[in-house]
Amino acid sequence: MADYKYILDVQDLHTTFTTDNGEVRAVNGVNFRLKPGKTLGIVGESGSGKSVTAYSIMQILADNGRISGGKVLYKGEDITKWNKKKMAGFRGKCCSIIFQDPMTSLNPVFTIGYQLEEAVLLHTDRNKQQARERAVEMLTLVGVNEPEKRVKQYPHELSGGMRQRVMIAMALACEPDILIADEPTTALDVTIQAQILELMQDLQKKLGMAIIMVTHDLGVIASMCDEIIVMYGGRVCERGNADDIFYRPAHEYTKGLLRSIPTTANNGERLVPIGGTPINLLNMPKGCAFCPRCDEAMKICLTEIPEEIQVDEHHRAACWMNVKKMYEEGNV
Amino acid sequence: MSSEYLVEVSHLKQYFPIRSGFKTIPLKAVDDVSFKIKPGETLGLVGESGCGKTTVGRTLLRLYKPTSGTIKFDGEEVTEKNIHALRKEMQMVFQDPYSSLNPRMTVEDIIGEPLDVHKLYKTKQERHEKVMELMETVGLNAEHATRYAHEFSGGQRQRIGIARALAVDPRFIVCDEPVSALDVSIQAQVVNMFEDLQKQRGMAYLFIAHDLLVVQHISDRIAVMYLGHMMETAEANELMDNPIHPYTQSLLSAVPIPDPETARHSKRIILEGDVPSPLRMPTGCPFRTRCKYATEQCAQAMPELTDRGDGHMVACWNK
Repeated sequence: MADYKYILDVQDLHTTFTTDNGEVRAVNGVNFRLKPGKTLGIVGESGSGKSVTAYSIMQILADNGRISGGKVLYKGEDITKWNKKKMAGFRGKCCSIIFQDPMTSLNPVFTIGYQLEEAVLLHTDRNKQQARERAVEMLTLVGVNEPEKRVKQYPHELSGGMRQRVMIAMALACEPDILIADEPTTALDVTIQAQILELMQDLQKKLGMAIIMVTHDLGVIASMCDEIIVMYGGRVCERGNADDIFYRPAHEYTKGLLRSIPTTANNGERLVPIGGTPINLLNMPKGCAFCPRCDEAMKICLTEIPEEIQVDEHHRAACWMNVKKMYEEGNV
Repeated sequence: MSSEYLVEVSHLKQYFPIRSGFKTIPLKAVDDVSFKIKPGETLGLVGESGCGKTTVGRTLLRLYKPTSGTIKFDGEEVTEKNIHALRKEMQMVFQDPYSSLNPRMTVEDIIGEPLDVHKLYKTKQERHEKVMELMETVGLNAEHATRYAHEFSGGQRQRIGIARALAVDPRFIVCDEPVSALDVSIQAQVVNMFEDLQKQRGMAYLFIAHDLLVVQHISDRIAVMYLGHMMETAEANELMDNPIHPYTQSLLSAVPIPDPETARHSKRIILEGDVPSPLRMPTGCPFRTRCKYATEQCAQAMPELTDRGDGHMVACWNK
C-alpha cells in the first residue's frame, strides 16, 4: 500500500444530480484532507452541499446523482475508481456514517442485536456467537444500559438518544478509520445532544478514528473540531481552526453567519441577518455563489469565482475582499 | 374589565387519555402550570421535547379543552363560548411552515381567511388592500399574492404564517417554535421581524422554543418546563446567568456555545439517562430520577414554585 499522510484526501470533488429541471451541481470542487485521528467539521446551511459531500465519499448518492469529477483518496488510493464490491468493503470497515435521524436509519423489523451483528459478520471473520458478543461489547462501549437485554429489543422500544447510541455502536463495530457524522444530534434534545457529543469525543480518544462532523450548528463544532470548513453553494468558502473561523473570519459569508446568531456577547443587541434567500442550485450565479446576498459585493464578485487565498498559516478563504485588502496594504 | 396582566394562567392541567389494553390512563402533558404575561411582554417557554410546552400554547388558544385550571385573557376567563371572539385577540404562529399553510389556497386567501372569519372588511377591495398591507408588513412582495405556498422558501412561508396571525391585529401571539425549521441566516431575519412587530404594535408573545440562545435574545422572562411542570421562571438574563434549579443548570450547560474559547472552558453537566415517559411519571418531583441532589423528600411531593428574590421563582426542595 502506498505511503500516505492523510487518511482521506478529497481533491476537486464535483457531484451532480440530474433532475427534470436540469443539472443540479450540488458540490463544485471541494478539497480537504483529513489526518488520522483528527476531527474535521463541515458547516453550512441547507443546500450548501455539506451532506452531499459526505454521501459522495461513501458513494451512497441517490440514483440520479453521480460524482462528476475529482478524486477521493483513501490511504492514497482513489476510491471513486473502485467497483461496487470493493466499495461495499469500504463502507463499514474503513469508513462509517451515522445519519441525522436515528428513527429512520434503523430497520424497524429487526432487533438491535441482529442489525449490529450483520455488520460484524459481513466485514470480519467472526462467527455468530462471537458477533453477538461483539454486539454486546459495542453497546456497553457506547453506554447503553443492560446491553444483553437491548440486543433482543426492536428500535421502537428505545428512545431517540438510545437509538443514536446504537447507530454509533453499529458504525464503530468494525473499527473504521473514519466516522462521518451527518448532523448526528440535530434531531435530539440539548441534554441528549451533550451526551452524544461527549460520547463521540470519548470514543475517538479510545479508538482513534478520524471524524468528519457535518452540521449546521456552529455551537456544535466550536468545541470539538481540529479543522473547520465552511461551505456555501457547493464550494468551500473558508477553512481554518476554530479560533480562525470564530475570531478572525475572512469570508463575508462566515462573518454574516456569526453576526446572525444570538450569543451571550450580542445579547440585547439587534441581530444582523444575512439578507436575501438561500441559494438556488439550479440557478447559480456566475461569480461567487454568495455575492447576491453579500453587502460588500464588488464588480468582480459577480463575474469571477474567487480562488482560495491563504490568510494565515492554516487559514484560507475564497473571498475577493481579501484580495482587495492585500492590494490596499500593498502586498501584491 | 381589565387587569395588570394580559394573560393569566392558573393551575392549568391538560391530560390526554391513552388507552392501554383495557385501561385508559391519563398522559399528564401539562400538570399544574401557572404563569402570567403582561401586555407587550415576551415570555419564553423552554424545555425538551415532550415537556408540554407546545401543549401549553395550544391549550391557551383552546385548541385543546383543558382538563382543569383557568386561563384568563385581559381579566376575562377563556371559555368555550367566548373563544371564537377571543381568537381575534389571540393568534398563533406554528413551527412547521410547510404543514401549517393550506397548499390549495393562494397566499392572499391564506392571509385573508382570518379577515373572512371575523368579518373585518366591507368590500372585496378593502380585503385586498388589507392583505397587501399585511404582506408588506412582513416583508413579502405584494405581487406574489396570487402564488401558492409551495412556491416560497421556508423563511418566506413563515412570513406568510406571521402575516396570517397579524391579520386580526391581535394583542397576544403564541409563537410555537417559529424559527426552529429555518436556516441560521434566515432565523435572524424572522427573529428581528418579531421584535420589530412587537415594538410597533405592542403585542405580547408566548415564545416557545428549544433553542435557548434565541429565547434569551427575544424574551423578557423565561420559564423552564420539565415533564409538564414549571421548574423555574425568571427575568431572561437572570435565568441565563444565575440558574438555580438543577435541571435549568444542566440544560444551560448543555447548550453548545458558538465560541471556541468559552466552549473550551465551560464544564458540561451531563445528565444521566433519558426523560422518563410521561405515562410512568416519577412520584414527587419529576426531575428527581436524573437529579444529583435528589433526596427522600423529592420522591414524596412536588415542590411549589417559591420566590428567591426579584421574581426569580424556583420549584426545588434542595436548592
